[in-house]
Amino acid sequence: MNQIIEFILQPWPWYVAGPLIGLTVPTLLLIGNKSFGISSSLRHVCAACIPANIPFFKYDWKKEIWNLVFVLGVFFGGIIATNFLENPNDFVLSEATIADLKGLGITDFAGLMPADLFSIETLFSFKGFLFFVLGGFLVGFGTRYAGGCTSGHAIMGLSNLQLPSLIATCCFMVGGFAMTHLIMPVIFRLF
Amino acid sequence: MSTIKEVKSEVSTPETFVCEAPNDMVKGESWTDNIKYLVVGIMFGIVFVKAEIISWFRIQEMFRLQSFHMYGVIGSAVVVGMISIFLIKKFNIKTITGEVVVFHPKTFQKGQVYGGLIFGLGWAITGACPGPIFAQIGSGYVVVLVTLLSAIAGTWTYGRIKGSLPN
Repeated sequence: MNQIIEFILQPWPWYVAGPLIGLTVPTLLLIGNKSFGISSSLRHVCAACIPANIPFFKYDWKKEIWNLVFVLGVFFGGIIATNFLENPNDFVLSEATIADLKGLGITDFAGLMPADLFSIETLFSFKGFLFFVLGGFLVGFGTRYAGGCTSGHAIMGLSNLQLPSLIATCCFMVGGFAMTHLIMPVIFRLF
Repeated sequence: MSTIKEVKSEVSTPETFVCEAPNDMVKGESWTDNIKYLVVGIMFGIVFVKAEIISWFRIQEMFRLQSFHMYGVIGSAVVVGMISIFLIKKFNIKTITGEVVVFHPKTFQKGQVYGGLIFGLGWAITGACPGPIFAQIGSGYVVVLVTLLSAIAGTWTYGRIKGSLPN
């Protein structure tokens, strides 16, 4: 029993987490005929709160409420995992990544997020504007323009052998590589 | 011989509702039915945190090709999803309420390229896909609330200017 608890508290390896995420696809399909996709929750929030007579937000969002309940669950899952299933050991990051990020000026490698960036002080700086405000905007705009995110395209779409989803997933990766290797070094040089 | 094309009336909604995660259940669901999705969401959120997928550092590792972890997670998730969908189609497995499972073939649009690239840029800088955003906030990273609000604003802006974008 103690071994099981110990295993659960450790960070979960990819071969445990990946299949569990994959199983979300048939679970949602079989419990309620729902295709897996998370970014649509952002659209439902717009449709529910600020439709502003825009045709794209004029639909029966109440019929899609399951998606909002689902992301509420993800939020609760985050609370539970962080408060009751916390990893007792230090966060382990690849040495090469630590070296690269130190080169960019990141100094704190203790938590899941760099404290240098994810703090209230940063939030009210130009850096915070780029990382949270602009970054978040790109996530929301891009996923809707692409018609899905990592869940809707990369997992659900690829699982259903959809070529457009493969194209979208490749573009997600290209955008990410471009940001990491070309744009982020420039952003960090600004501060 | 004449073929009669069925034309769907779209008087009630100004544009056809296309969504990547639609509710295809024919039967209506009550509030208590929605508890199922809350439970699946909670499990999902726990996996996100425990596998450290919500970590900005892990996303950096992925885009720097310095760890296999994220590739292993996404790759094995896709394999399990593929096998599941194959089995559902092959054996015509029905939902728990006996409905036929609905799949949506996607059509190619330029948005998948442009939007995909834009999302990729945002993913690397914020370290967050729309799913992990919610788990990050739950994990106590309150500044991510700003990322979420901005993502909602981004989605809204897309809806607003959609007509003038190439697609």
